[in-house]
Amino acid sequence: MNVLVLLRVCLRALLRNKMRSFLTMLGIVIGVAAVISMVGITSGARESVNQQIASLGDNVFMIFSGSTNRSGTRTGWGSRSNITSDDVEALRTQCPSVRYVTPSVRVSSQILYGSQNWSSQVMGVTPEFNDIRRYEVVNGRMFNDTDVRGAAKVCVIGQTVVDNLFQGSDPVGQTIRIRRLPFEVIGVLGAKGQAAMGQDQDDVVLIPNTTASKKFYGGDTRVNMVFGSAASAAAIANAQQEMTDILRMRHRIGPSDDDDFVIRTQADIASTVEQSSRTMTILLGSVALVSLLVGGIGIMNIMLVSVTERTREIGIRMSVGARQSDILWQFLLESLMLAALGGLLGVLLGVGVSATISKFAGWVTEVSPVAAVVAVSFAGLVGIFFGFYPARKASLLDPIEALRYE
Amino acid sequence: MSGSNHKIVISARDLTKVYHMGDVDVHALRGVTLEVQAGEFIAILGASGSGKSTLMHIIGCLDRPSGGEYVLNGEQVSHLSRSALAGVRNRFIGFVFQGFNLLARTSAVENVELPLIYSGLGTQERHRRAREALERVGLADRMDHHPSQLSGGQQQRVAIARSLVNKPALLLADEPTGNLDTKTSLEIMDLFHELNAEGMTIVLITHEADIGAHARRRITLRDGLIVGEEGTR
Repeated sequence: MNVLVLLRVCLRALLRNKMRSFLTMLGIVIGVAAVISMVGITSGARESVNQQIASLGDNVFMIFSGSTNRSGTRTGWGSRSNITSDDVEALRTQCPSVRYVTPSVRVSSQILYGSQNWSSQVMGVTPEFNDIRRYEVVNGRMFNDTDVRGAAKVCVIGQTVVDNLFQGSDPVGQTIRIRRLPFEVIGVLGAKGQAAMGQDQDDVVLIPNTTASKKFYGGDTRVNMVFGSAASAAAIANAQQEMTDILRMRHRIGPSDDDDFVIRTQADIASTVEQSSRTMTILLGSVALVSLLVGGIGIMNIMLVSVTERTREIGIRMSVGARQSDILWQFLLESLMLAALGGLLGVLLGVGVSATISKFAGWVTEVSPVAAVVAVSFAGLVGIFFGFYPARKASLLDPIEALRYE
Repeated sequence: MSGSNHKIVISARDLTKVYHMGDVDVHALRGVTLEVQAGEFIAILGASGSGKSTLMHIIGCLDRPSGGEYVLNGEQVSHLSRSALAGVRNRFIGFVFQGFNLLARTSAVENVELPLIYSGLGTQERHRRAREALERVGLADRMDHHPSQLSGGQQQRVAIARSLVNKPALLLADEPTGNLDTKTSLEIMDLFHELNAEGMTIVLITHEADIGAHARRRITLRDGLIVGEEGTR
């Protein structure tokens, strides 16, 4: 029997019961649409997280002081403890694989300008901070090594701070107060947007690390954390090793003791993100599988009803010369068509849902053509798998019995 | 119409059919021998339970005999597989049933085309032959009507057109007038006469003696055996 003729016969049978065909497809439609839109949303989300991670800078690493276990009290990472600015200086001079490194001394404070005030993250860093984190000064200048050596009371501020304190006037040359101390604004950073975890990267005030230590911590040179970047992607592992060796030596950690610091690289963060998105994908995949399975059972159910309903038609076809294989193919193709059509509708619906979500929720979504092809093919396979039993049942009908069926 | 040089369409020898109903064996045919030549118009008469339906199914290649030999149009068909039998039906046999057995919600011309779909003919040729067959039964103006839009007699004409479309060796009519009023029945029988006059071999299965009387030869079946034969070839 000609394939085109067969296709027409099937299409007509499906169109004859439009509502039923549609409802039968619905399981597949919803399953596929869920997969397409969820894959779109997660891959969009992954994409934007990757961008944010990349916006941290190239080959970036961070060092936190580790949990220490002195006199029984354990403290968490990053508690102000045991990395000093001298340690950072040692890392700068003794690690060939490290390109840039800067300490970060955190000061939280209300910042005042005239009658305005704003609470921001004040960080004591060296000028290399901008090279590591890819901040750019768009107005004025970054403080330099001389400012750092002299512990100058100068600062460079982010866009959010500018917006909240200066409302349109030029901040460069103005004086703001941090914990009552006057700081001259010498530069403004270009906007960078949200970071991976949603913090506003523009809500920042940079001051020299020496100034932070001297003026706010009474000369204590311990730092909260260290930012740095390796010379290249390939050098990250070496850099990590070199820094570990130096810090262990400087902190006099015995060979059997644990590090009292933690080095986190960008790759660690990226792999965490990768891991969570993989978990998400597996989760979505199983949801999709279940809904396609349910859809497939729906198709089988309706096809069984259809075969019973059309017993007489099958008898007529057999009496005029349809072979078992002709009948088998007719019904198999019908369920395949139901499933594949459901799959296509599902893709369309999924694309629509993704587009709607990205429009109204402002998330980036990305519909993957691969996911669409896989989803439709899988739906087709479901159709063939669940259509086979009813089709076989139809093909095995006895023509005499089928003709007598009322 | 007699003569030994006529081609033999049906040659059945000692056909038996046994149905196994649980523990009981039902002997529907107990040894039927029958020969039908091309161009004959023969009726198989019998009450219900006489075995005439079983015989019809075997002659129509819808079923296989339990014993005996059946040669249709020169082909030994007693032991063919189901698929092969489907092919034989497609090529050699046109069925006309009591209940018309047309596909609902399908136009007359498409109903008539149905056998040609399974013989793998192209669209153009299918259409042409289906229209020709419908014209032959006098339904040239009803080609695109669905069965529900046609009278009983018209529906049976569509069924007859369908049975003719493959140019079969044999037209097998099973109670073709059973659902029709007397006047329409006569019209259908007239059509059979015409077709027969054009050379079509017709086997008519009926329990109505007056319908059977239209055939030139009549055999009567009772309890699975031929108990009477009248008329000529």
